[in-house]
Amino acid sequence: MNNWWKSGDPWIWLTAASVTVSIVTVAGLLSLIAWHGLAHFWPAAILEADYSENGSNKQVVIGEIRDQESIPLSQLQAAGVKVKGEQQMTRILLKTGNRDLFGADFRWVLQLDLQNQRYPPELMAIERREWGNFYGYLQAIKEHGQVVSEGAGAWPELQQRLDRVLQLHQQIRTIEKFKIGKLNYELEKLRLKQRRLELNHDTDPAKPVALAAQKVILQAQFETLNQQLTTLYEAIQRDSISANVMDGRVVNIPLSNIVKVYRPNSFSFLDKARFYMAKIWEFLSEEPREANTEGGIFPALFGTVIMVLIMSIMVTPIGVIAAVYLHEYAKQGILTRTIRIAVNNLAGVPSIVYGVFGLGFFVYFIGGNVDQWFFPEALPSPTFGTPGMLWASMTLALLTLPVVIVSTEEGLARIPSSIREGSLALGATKAETLWRTVIPMASPAIMTGLILAVARAAGEVAPLMLVGVVKLAPALVVDNNLPFLHLDRKFMHLGFHIYDVGFQSPNVEAARPLVYATAFLLVAVIIVLNLTAIWFRNHLREKYKALETA
Amino acid sequence: MNTTPISSILSDPALIRRRKWRMLKDKLTKYGMTVGGISIIIAILLIFFYLLYVVFPIFLPAHLEKVRSFKILAPTAGETVYLATEEKSEVGVRFTRQGHAVQFKLDGSQIIADNTLAPVGTTVTSFAVADPATGVVAFGLNDGRAIVVKQKYEITYGGENNVREIKSRLDYPLGEAPLVIDEKGQALLTLDLQLGENSNTFVAVTKDNRLLVSTITKETSFLDDSVSLTRTQGELSLQQAKITHLLLEKEQRVLYAADKDGQVWYISLQDKTAPQILQRVHVVQTFQERITALEFLTGDISLLVGDSSGRITQWFLVRDNNNNNLLTKIREFHDQQSPIVAIAAEERRKGFIAADSSGQVGIYHTTAQRTLLVKPVTEASVAISQLGLAPRADTLLVEDVAGNLHIWAIQNEHPEVSWSTLWNKVWYENYAKPEYLWQSSAATNDFEPKFSLMPLAFGTLKAAFYAMLIAVPIAVFGAIYTAYFMAPSIRRLVKPTIEIMAALPTVILGFLAGLWLAPMLENNLLAMVILFILLPTGVLLFAYVWQWLPKTIRYRVPPGWEAALLMPVVLGLIWWSSLLKEPLETWLFQGDIRHWLTHDLGIRFDQRNALVVGVAMGLAVIPNIFSIAEDAVFSVPKHLTIGSLALGATSWQTMTRVVILTASPGIFSAVMIGMGRAVGETMIVLMATGNTPVMDWNIFEGLRTLAANIAVEMPESEVNGTHFRILFLSALVLFIFTFFFNTLSEVIRQRLRKKYSSL
Repeated sequence: MNNWWKSGDPWIWLTAASVTVSIVTVAGLLSLIAWHGLAHFWPAAILEADYSENGSNKQVVIGEIRDQESIPLSQLQAAGVKVKGEQQMTRILLKTGNRDLFGADFRWVLQLDLQNQRYPPELMAIERREWGNFYGYLQAIKEHGQVVSEGAGAWPELQQRLDRVLQLHQQIRTIEKFKIGKLNYELEKLRLKQRRLELNHDTDPAKPVALAAQKVILQAQFETLNQQLTTLYEAIQRDSISANVMDGRVVNIPLSNIVKVYRPNSFSFLDKARFYMAKIWEFLSEEPREANTEGGIFPALFGTVIMVLIMSIMVTPIGVIAAVYLHEYAKQGILTRTIRIAVNNLAGVPSIVYGVFGLGFFVYFIGGNVDQWFFPEALPSPTFGTPGMLWASMTLALLTLPVVIVSTEEGLARIPSSIREGSLALGATKAETLWRTVIPMASPAIMTGLILAVARAAGEVAPLMLVGVVKLAPALVVDNNLPFLHLDRKFMHLGFHIYDVGFQSPNVEAARPLVYATAFLLVAVIIVLNLTAIWFRNHLREKYKALETA
Repeated sequence: MNTTPISSILSDPALIRRRKWRMLKDKLTKYGMTVGGISIIIAILLIFFYLLYVVFPIFLPAHLEKVRSFKILAPTAGETVYLATEEKSEVGVRFTRQGHAVQFKLDGSQIIADNTLAPVGTTVTSFAVADPATGVVAFGLNDGRAIVVKQKYEITYGGENNVREIKSRLDYPLGEAPLVIDEKGQALLTLDLQLGENSNTFVAVTKDNRLLVSTITKETSFLDDSVSLTRTQGELSLQQAKITHLLLEKEQRVLYAADKDGQVWYISLQDKTAPQILQRVHVVQTFQERITALEFLTGDISLLVGDSSGRITQWFLVRDNNNNNLLTKIREFHDQQSPIVAIAAEERRKGFIAADSSGQVGIYHTTAQRTLLVKPVTEASVAISQLGLAPRADTLLVEDVAGNLHIWAIQNEHPEVSWSTLWNKVWYENYAKPEYLWQSSAATNDFEPKFSLMPLAFGTLKAAFYAMLIAVPIAVFGAIYTAYFMAPSIRRLVKPTIEIMAALPTVILGFLAGLWLAPMLENNLLAMVILFILLPTGVLLFAYVWQWLPKTIRYRVPPGWEAALLMPVVLGLIWWSSLLKEPLETWLFQGDIRHWLTHDLGIRFDQRNALVVGVAMGLAVIPNIFSIAEDAVFSVPKHLTIGSLALGATSWQTMTRVVILTASPGIFSAVMIGMGRAVGETMIVLMATGNTPVMDWNIFEGLRTLAANIAVEMPESEVNGTHFRILFLSALVLFIFTFFFNTLSEVIRQRLRKKYSSL
C-alpha cells in the first residue's frame, strides 16, 4: 500500500478521474437538454384513472404524465398528507390541462391513489389558442349552437370543420398582420411627413392637401379590409364543439379557439412519428402564443439569424483590416505587441460591459444624435435613440471583433513567408500579393474566425438585454413594407427567449419543455458552428503542412 | 539614347500608366489598411474612455454661478423671515417680519404682489414653515393666534408663441380667519406646524414659557360643504428653559426643540394632549457654543444642527439595545468657520446648503459625507440673513444683512456619490449602525439611495470563489492528465469535447442551473455531499484493486486509457450516492437535511444559492482553464521529461518535479483567465442566484454580482442620472478588473513561450 502510494499512481488515477468527470458532465448536460428538448414533441398518451385520496370519494382524473419522483413518507406526513404505506412513495406529476376550469395545468398525485389506470382511444387532446391544453371526450359538434353531429361520426366531421376554420384563421391573420399592418405603416409615414412639413416651415399649400388625399385613400382601404374581417370573424365563429371533462362537466369550445385536435391514445407509431415531425415544424415556424409559453419560436429564431447576419457583415471587413494591418503593415515592435495583448484581452472582457457601452455610446449618444439630425419629425418618440437591431448587431460586432482579429492573424502567420516573397519576387506589388495570394490563403482562417464569432454572438444574451432584445416584438425586422429591413426595430432572440420564458413567465412549469426545446436548438446550432470551425482549422493546417513540405 | 528591346517594352507608355496605376493601388491599400487598422484599434480603446467619460461627472464638485444681485424689493414690507421660489425659479416670495408676503420676479424687475397677511391690530411674533414640499407657512401673532398660508404656483402656456407664464397665489388651507393656538392669548414666540390629510398640528412656545401642542382637525360637512375645525390641546411647562427652535416632523409624532444651552429635546407627541420629553442631548461641543440653526433633512428623519462654531451635525433616532430610540450623532461637517445662520435642505435629495455669518455658503450631502463646495456669495463678506432653495435645488436665493438679494445658479448633479458611499460602511437613516447596503431606488423622494458597491463586489468574488473552488481542481488535474498521461488517440477526442463546452451559451447553463440544478440540489443535497466524498475515495479504491488484478486483464487496457476505464466507475459512484442518500438522510437527519441545516445549525438555505452558482459557473470556466493549462503542460519540451524518466524518476515524480514546475506560470495564467471569466459572467448568476445583495460567505445563500446588477437595473435607470452613472462605474470596475487579470496572464504566457523556445 505504502509503495503504491509512493509510486504516485493514485494521483494519476485521480487526474484521470477529473477528465472523466468533465466528460461525463458535458455528455450528461448535452443529453439532458436533448432529451428534455426533443421528448417534448412526442405525443404523450393520456391517462385516465380513478383517483381517491385516503379512500375518499372516487374521482376520475385525466392527464398526461409529465414527471415522477420518489419521495420519503416522512416528508409527505410532515406536509400534512395522511398516507400509510412504504417508506418511499412515488409521486406523479399529471398535466391535467383545462386551466380555465381547474385553475392550474398541473397536479401532483400519489401513484398509490390512482386505480384502474386506462388509456381509452377516444380521449381527445385539444391545443387551444387560450388557456392551454384541453383534455376530455368529444360529445357533439354544433353549428350556430345547434347540434349537427354526435357519436362516432363526430370525429371525422370535426376534422373537416376544423380545417375550414384553420383556413379562415389563416385569412384573418394575413389581413390583420400584413394588409392592415401595411396600411398602418403607411398612415404613420404620412403623419411623419406632415410633421416634417411643419418642422421645416414649409408653406406650400399643395403638399398638405396631397397628404390628406392619400390619407383618405388609405382610410377607405382600411374600411374595406375591416368589412372583410367582420365577415370572416362571423364565419369563423359558426362552429363549436361540446366536450366532457374529467369531473363530468360539459364544456363548449368554439372551433376558432382550437389549433389542433388529436387522440394520442389511438395513434400508431407511424402516426406518432408524423405528429412529432409536424410539432417540430410548428415549433420552428410558428409564432409564440400565450405569453411565449406555447406555440413556436419563429420570431426569436428569425431575430437571432438576422442579428448574426448583420453582425457578420460588419465584423468581417473590420476584423480583417485590423488583422492585416497588424500583421502585414505595422512595424513589429513593442507597440504591436501591446496592441495584440489588448485585443486578446478584449475577448476576456465581460460581455455585459459591452452591453453597457453599447447602450451608452451607440444607443444614447449616436442614436440620440441620429434622431436629432434625421428623424426630428418623430421626436419625442425615438427612432434610433432607443435599443434596436442595428445597435445590438454593432455591439455584438464589437464583442466578437477580437475573435476575428486573432483568428485572421493566426491564419496570416501560418502562411509561409516564402509565398509572400515569391509573389514579390515575380514583380507583384505588396497590395497585389495581399489580394491575390495572402488573403485567399488566409480565407479559411477568416472563415474560422467568423464562425467562432457567430457562435459566440448567437449565444450571447447579457449585452443584448440592454441594447435591443425584447420578450415579444410586435413586428419582425424584415417585412413587406419599404425599405423591408427595419434596423431600428427591437427583436426577439433565442437566448433571451430562454431566459424570459424560463424565469419571467407566469407559468414556468408549462413553459419548461419549450425552454428545453429552445435550448436544444440553440446548443445544436452553436455546436454545429463550432465543429465547422474546428474542421476548417484542421483542414487549413493540413493545407499548409503540404505547402511547407513541398 | 540606345534602347534595347526590353527597355523599350518597359517604357511603353501604356505599361508605364499601368505600372503607375499599380503603384497607386499599392499605396492606397497601404494607407487604407493603416488608417483602417489604427482607427479600429482606437475604436477599441474608445470603450474604456467612453466608460470613463460617463463615470467622471459623479466625482465633480458642485458649482455655483452668480445670476444677478439686486436690492430686495418692497423694503418697507419689513425684514425677511423666509425666502422661497418655485420649480422654474422665475417667481420668488419673501415673507416678512411685519406679516407681509411679497411676491416678485426673480429677475428683479417687478413686484407681482405685496399682500398683508397679519390682521390689523396684531403684530407678528413668530414664523414657521411646514414641509417645504407643501408650500405651507404660518405666522404666529401676539394674541396667541396664527395665520396659515399656502403658496401655490400654476404654470400656463398661452399667447402667440406658447409663452410660459407662472401665476402665483396664496391660499388659506384652514380658512382665512386666524386660528387660535393659545387659549390664554399669550404671544407665540416660537412656532412650527405640519398639515396632514386630516389632522394638523401646531407647536408653539408662548410668552409665559409654555410649550403648546394644538391639533386642529378639519371636517367637511356632507350637506353644505361647510368646513368646521375641532381643536385639542396639550401643554408642557418649560420652567426656566429658553427654547430657540421648534421642529415638528411631518408625521406629527415627534417634536424636536433646541434651547439656548445647546441642547436638543426629543419630545414624543404620541399622545398629543400630553407631550412627553424623552431625551435631552447636548449637540454642541463646548458650553460657549450655541445652536444657531435647526432644520430637517428631507424625509424629516434626520436633524441638521448648525452651531455658532460653523459646525453642522446630523442626528437621528437610533434604536439601542434596550429598544429605546435615542437621538444619536451620525456625522458632522466642519468646513465653515463662522456661525451657521440658515440651513436649506434639498427637497429631493439628502443634501443641504448652509449659510454662515461671514457670507459663505456650503453645499453638502449627508449620505455621501461630502462637502461639495464652500464659497462666499455676498460682497465683502457681509453676513447672510436668509437662504432660499428652489425645489429642484438648482437656484439659490441669498439675502444678506445689507438688504441685497443674490441669485445663484447651482450645478450639482451627483452629490450622492463619494468614495466612502461606494466602498465604506455608511450610516443610513433608520439603521442602527453603519452598514454596506445596495438599494438603488424607490418610489419616493424621501428614500435615501444606498449605493454601496461592497455587497456587489463581495457577491462577485463569492460567486467567483465557489466557481473556482470547483473548476480549478477538475480543470487543472484534467489538463495535466490529458496533456501528459492520456493516450493520443483519446486526447484528440477529449480536447475538442471539453473545448466545445466553452462555446456553450451561458444562458443555457444558467437556465439549467436555475430550473434544473437548483431544485435538484435542494432535494439531493446529501447525495451531492456524499458524491464529493465518494468520488475520490471510490476512484482510489478502484485503482488500488486494479493493480492486484491479474495481468491478463490489466494488460488489455493500454496505458493512457485510465480515464475511459473510470467512466463506468464514475457513473456507478454517482448512481450509488443517489441510492445512499435516502437511508443516510433518514438515519442522520431525520429524513430532511435542509430542516436540520436551518433549525439545528441556523444556516439559512436558499434554493438558488452560491453552491448552484459555483457548480454552474465552475462548468462554464472549466473549459477555459483546461484549454490553456493543457497547452502549457503539453508544450513542456519533451527532452526534459525524457531526461527525468531516464534518470529513474517515476512518471508522477517527473510530473510534479519537472513538468508542473516548468508549466506552472502557464497554469497560473489559465487560472487567472478563468477567474476573469467567472467575475464577469452575467447570465448564470442572474438566473441561478436570488440576486439578493447580502454579504455572507454562507454557501447556501444567494448573492448579487456587479454584472448581474447591471443587467437587472440598467434598463430602468434614468439616463445620465446618478444611478445610471454608478452602473457605468461598476461596468468600468469589471472592465479594469478583467483587463488587469487577462493582461497579467497574457504577459506570463508570452514569457513562458519564450522560455520554452530557449530550452
